[in-house]
Amino acid sequence: MSSGTDHHQQIDSRSPEVRTEALEDLLVEKGIVDRSRVDALIDRFENDLGPMVGARLVAKAWISSEFRERLLADADEVLATEDIQGAEMEHIEVKANEPGVHNVVVCTLCSCYPWALLGLPPNWYKSPEYRARVVREPRKVLSEMGLSLDAETEVRVWDSSSETRFLVLPEQPEGTGHLGLEELAHLVTRDSMIGVTKAQAP
Amino acid sequence: MTEAEILEGSLTAPPRLNGELVFEAPWQSRAFGVTADLVESGCFSWEDFRIRLIVAIDAWESTDVTERQSWDYYTCWVSALEQMLSDSTLLDSTELDGRAVAYADRPHGHDH
Repeated sequence: MSSGTDHHQQIDSRSPEVRTEALEDLLVEKGIVDRSRVDALIDRFENDLGPMVGARLVAKAWISSEFRERLLADADEVLATEDIQGAEMEHIEVKANEPGVHNVVVCTLCSCYPWALLGLPPNWYKSPEYRARVVREPRKVLSEMGLSLDAETEVRVWDSSSETRFLVLPEQPEGTGHLGLEELAHLVTRDSMIGVTKAQAP
Repeated sequence: MTEAEILEGSLTAPPRLNGELVFEAPWQSRAFGVTADLVESGCFSWEDFRIRLIVAIDAWESTDVTERQSWDYYTCWVSALEQMLSDSTLLDSTELDGRAVAYADRPHGHDH
């Protein structure tokens, strides 16, 4: 036995880290995958796509009722007009919160999510417990996440699929009618567009 | 880890900020980026991949809690990607196993 043997036992060839490195290298060697393209894609998802895209849409809908109606009626058409990157990949529906109605989004089977508007989903959205429980007991889950809804408010849970991704249009916080687009967009958090919180007060 | 502990763990302290890291480890971003590149270059569609991701997630969820590893989304992702590569004959699973074993056997300090 060589003196280095003890180091070998630390790593499992079945670990996802090792599998990922092995499969990337093999695909690169075969000319199927290009490392610089992979780098560029990662950079795009880490830096260019994100909730700020969805937040601007929400802020616009708060400012203009005409825009709001268009967004609710045919979000795909609005996204195409707004030239939102990646939006062609997914069919998106926007669900508006209003007095007495609260919407929340889940993907019960995996992790479908409106990437073009929110970037990649947070860990809790992908977790088995959120995916199972928000359907079964949405009020309880929302209250654990800090959102208490009164008993009269109807909670609508939207299950995403490959065909349809959902974005929640949160209610505009009171007393923000004088704010401009950028200031309003800052109040629109990612979680408020998934429907697990409300938009922030300024 | 019990079901209750899992529930406690991720729902009592959900990340609430927009600025959260998208990937928790470099291999997760590589696994995602490789998949996205394969989709962009037309090797398979997101829907093809999604079907296998659902199967991988379901396999974890169907495994007895005492038998399975703690939940990790990107572990399911990699498993789905391996299945996708095998099904689409882009990469043979035996070849991948061989490379993974070779990498796992590298002495420390020689793994780059």
